[in-house]
Formats: sequence, C-alpha cells, structure tokens
Amino acid sequence: MSKLGTDEVERIARLARIQLSAEEIATMSTELGQIVGFVEQLQSVDISEVEPTDQVTGLVDVWREDEVRPSMSREELLVNAPAQKDGYIVVKRVKNG
Amino acid sequence: MVDLKRPIAELVADVQAAKVSAVTLVQASLDRISETADYHTVLELNEAALEQAAGVDGRVAAGEQLPLAGVPFVAKDNYLTLGTHTTAASNILKPFKAPYAGPVIERLLAAGAVLVAKVNLDAFAHGSSTENSDFGPTKNPIDPTRVPGGSSGGSAAAVALGQAAFALGSDTGGSIRQPASFSGVVGLKPTYGLVPRTGVVAMGSSVDVLGPLTNSAADAALVLDIMAGRDASDATTLERDPETYAVKSGDLKGLKIGLIKEYMEEGLSPVIRRHTEEMVAQLEARGAVVTPVSLPATKLALAAYYILVPAEVSSNLARYDGIRYGHRSAKATNLEETYRLSRAEGFGAEAKRRIMIGTYVLSSGYYDAYYKRAQKVRTKLVEEFETAFKKYDLLLGPTTPTVAFPLGAKAHDPLAMYLNDVCTVAVNLVGVPAISLPMGTEDGLPVGLQLIAPQRAERALLEASVAVEDMVGDWRARA
Repeated sequence: MSKLGTDEVERIARLARIQLSAEEIATMSTELGQIVGFVEQLQSVDISEVEPTDQVTGLVDVWREDEVRPSMSREELLVNAPAQKDGYIVVKRVKNG
Repeated sequence: MVDLKRPIAELVADVQAAKVSAVTLVQASLDRISETADYHTVLELNEAALEQAAGVDGRVAAGEQLPLAGVPFVAKDNYLTLGTHTTAASNILKPFKAPYAGPVIERLLAAGAVLVAKVNLDAFAHGSSTENSDFGPTKNPIDPTRVPGGSSGGSAAAVALGQAAFALGSDTGGSIRQPASFSGVVGLKPTYGLVPRTGVVAMGSSVDVLGPLTNSAADAALVLDIMAGRDASDATTLERDPETYAVKSGDLKGLKIGLIKEYMEEGLSPVIRRHTEEMVAQLEARGAVVTPVSLPATKLALAAYYILVPAEVSSNLARYDGIRYGHRSAKATNLEETYRLSRAEGFGAEAKRRIMIGTYVLSSGYYDAYYKRAQKVRTKLVEEFETAFKKYDLLLGPTTPTVAFPLGAKAHDPLAMYLNDVCTVAVNLVGVPAISLPMGTEDGLPVGLQLIAPQRAERALLEASVAVEDMVGDWRARA
C-alpha cells in the first residue's frame, strides 16, 4: 500500500490546525496513504462529458423576509466560552513576545 | 410492567385514554435504561424527563390531542437539546451545553414525546460501530461481544433493548440504516432536505439527514410525520407531502422493484444473499415484479463518498477551535497554539483522520483531481438512479454485506471499517430515501433488507415497508 509522505502529512496538519505527535504522523502516513490509494480508483472514470453535482434536490434561491427577530442574549451565548471577562471572550495573545 | 416495544400508536392511545400516564411510560424507560446499563447506550439522562412527562399528562388532561402523547424517546448526542450536554460523543464538545434546540426536537416535544436520554455515537458520527466514541463503545443488543453498528449505534441499541419507544439518528453514509440492520430494528433515512438539520452537529452538509430508529415501519412513519417539513432556519428543507406520512398499511401487488445487482456481488455474506433472494421470491409471490437492475456507478460511490464527506467534515469541524465553546488547551501560549493544541487534545483519531483527508483533497493543486472529480462521479450516480426510477417504484438490496462484527475487529483498520457502508452511501449521495427492515438472522444476528425510493416518495416507501414487515413476520425465526 502506498504511503503519504510525512512532509505531506505535516503540511496538511498545519493547514488543518491540528498538532500531531511524531507517532501520529507515522500512523497517518500509512492510513491516509491507504485511503487516498482507495479513492484513486476514480481517476480512471471517464467524466469528460459530466457536470459536477453540488446539490441534489434542485432547490434554487430560497428567500426569507429580512425582518428583525428575537435572538439569544449575550449571556446565553457566552455561557460555553472557556474563558471570558466583562462580556468578552478571552484568548491568548496572537503573537509571542 | 410497561413494554415500550409495543406499537407507538397503542402507547399514545392509552395515554390519551388515561389508561396509562406519560409519567409511567417515562419511568418504565428510565427503569429499563438502568436494567440494561451494561450496553452503554446512554451518555446522559434528561434529569427533567419525569417532570416533563407530568407536563404532558397535564396537557392531555386539559383535552389536548397529542400525536406522540407521553412517548419516551432518546436522541443521538449530536442533536442539540436543552437541559443536557451535547457532546457528539467527542472530548472537544464534552463541556458543551447547547443554548437552543432545533426544530426536530421542538416538534417532537410539542407533539407530546418526552426526551429521556442522549445516546452514544461514533464521535461526530464518524464511524460504523460506535467504537469511535470518545466515551467508550456501545454493545450490540443481541450479542454484547459485538458492535451495534454506527454511527447511530446508541440509538439502535436503545430501541432494540426497549429503553425507549423510538430513537433519533442521523445518516450521512448509512448511520441510521447500518446500525438498524446490525441491531435488529427499523431505520429510516428520509429524502435529503425533508427534515430540517438545524440544531444537529453538522458532518457532511450536502448529505446529512435526520431520521428515526424504531421497532416497526408504522412507528417510523408516525415519527417522520412529526419530524418532516420546511423550517426557515434551514434553507435546504423541502415542502412536506400535504398528506400524512403516518401510513398504516400497504400493498405489494403490482409494485415494480429493481434488485440492485452490484449489492449482490463479491463480499456479500452467503446467508445475507440467501435471505435477500428469499425476500425477492416472497415479494413476487405477493404480486410484485422484481427484476435485477445494474447501477454500475454504485461501485464508485464509496470512493466518491470518502472524498466528498471528509471535505465537508474538514470544513464543518473547523469551528472547533477552543475559542467560543468546547475544550480549550491549557498548554497554549498563543492563539495559533490554542487552535492546534485544543484540536489535538479534543479530537479522536477518526475525526483527525477525516479532517486530514478532507483538508488534503481540498488543498491547492488537488481540488480538481479529487473533489471536483468526485462531484462528477456523483452526477453519474444521480443519473443512474433517475433512470432506474423511471422503470421501478422501488430498489432493493441488503443493507450491509455482513452481520455485526466483534468489538475491536476493525477498530485499527479504517479502510475495512469504511467498507461497511458499501451498500448505503450511494443513497446519501443521490439524496433519495431508504429504509432498513429486519429480514432474518445469520447465527442469531440480525440481517437488514434495504428498500430505496425516489426523492420525496416516503409514503410509498413506508407503505411498502409495512407490507414487507407483514410478509417477513417474525424475523428472529428466519435463520
């Protein structure tokens, strides 16, 4: 079975914002290689005359009235925030030092 | 003692006639959950269930006619519900308490049903065994050494064990039908868009659908009738059929049914093949016309699915960043690390794998080769089903190629796990409704029959299902 290079796995992990351990990178290299190898079978299908399907029910342009509606309070929505202060969500600094 | 495996219509009639109270039904549900706790279906009980049942009794006493009066149900823990946590069986959402519930839950509660518990799933509905739950697997209700199927495994097992009269599930690639098949219950996957998805943790937004798991097709019909219909909060929802979905009977005579050839080929258990062939013979004896139909693109469906759905997963799971809700890493020293470490600590192996595949196929330089190509293969699949439905009222095949496998058997082989969905994913990519009905056993384990109908043909699908159930009789007696 083909593998996905560890450089490639690290590149994807960076894009996906997931920190992987060295062990995870090694496992992913094998597993993702197998899965990508499996989906490769589509490369041999003749799709030259076919348009892509983005949705299947044929609905188009679903509109609603643009009107003021009640919504949840700030307190209700902040209740799940891991850290908060004075009605704001607290986060770590964007850059170190 | 109250038996929650009785037809829902009978339970409702008894509550409306004050022969039994909603409180009694909910207490029976809680007792049964406690007796069968070893199967690990439940992630959290609704502490207010008995109080809410008393509220339903009050409404009935005041003269309200409630279509699901006092009926205890459980919801897969990817449904947002008030008063409990909503974890999607993942560590990253372990602390999360939803600030709202979606239209499906609201409609069911308004109809008099009572939510008793939130039940287990593969984390974020990624899997076919519930072994990907970050909180431990659910056990098969027939054989606790085996998996119940997934991702709605807690839902399927809860219904099979009589813990609730029905369960809510979600189906992205087979996650209602496959566990229904493995656990010996009925699982209905409606047309894409018939049931609003608002208030359920998103997985693959172009394919996700919500539906019930029940003891019978008539029960599924009754529950779907409450779940279905447009909601302004979900722009992809469809107008419901103006007639009721709650059909009670059906006729097989004259039905034109296509047996999907590709689902009867290699990899199919010989016993499941035999059961399916027996179904065909019996359907013909009852006046249906069954002929084999070839849908060649179904052979490509799984590969297309494992490009398209991970792509959507990687987008939908980008919101779990440790900022607004869910797990936040204590080790991060800056914002970027908050994202990377919170996601590393909070996501299990399968969620990471799917996010990684999705990110890969959508990344610069690969989009056309994978994602766009898979969307074109999806078009071929849509066209093949459209052509078939010009000729057939229904399509038929097994729900799964094998019976429930032992716990742990495929836990370390993601690709082998994906192959469980080989007979179910095409339906999702095409957006048509399908149902799994128990049709027999292999070594005592349940085997499911899958019926597939054109988009929005739920009434015809359910009528045929009721008739097929009648034809099957006691599936446990069919070895």
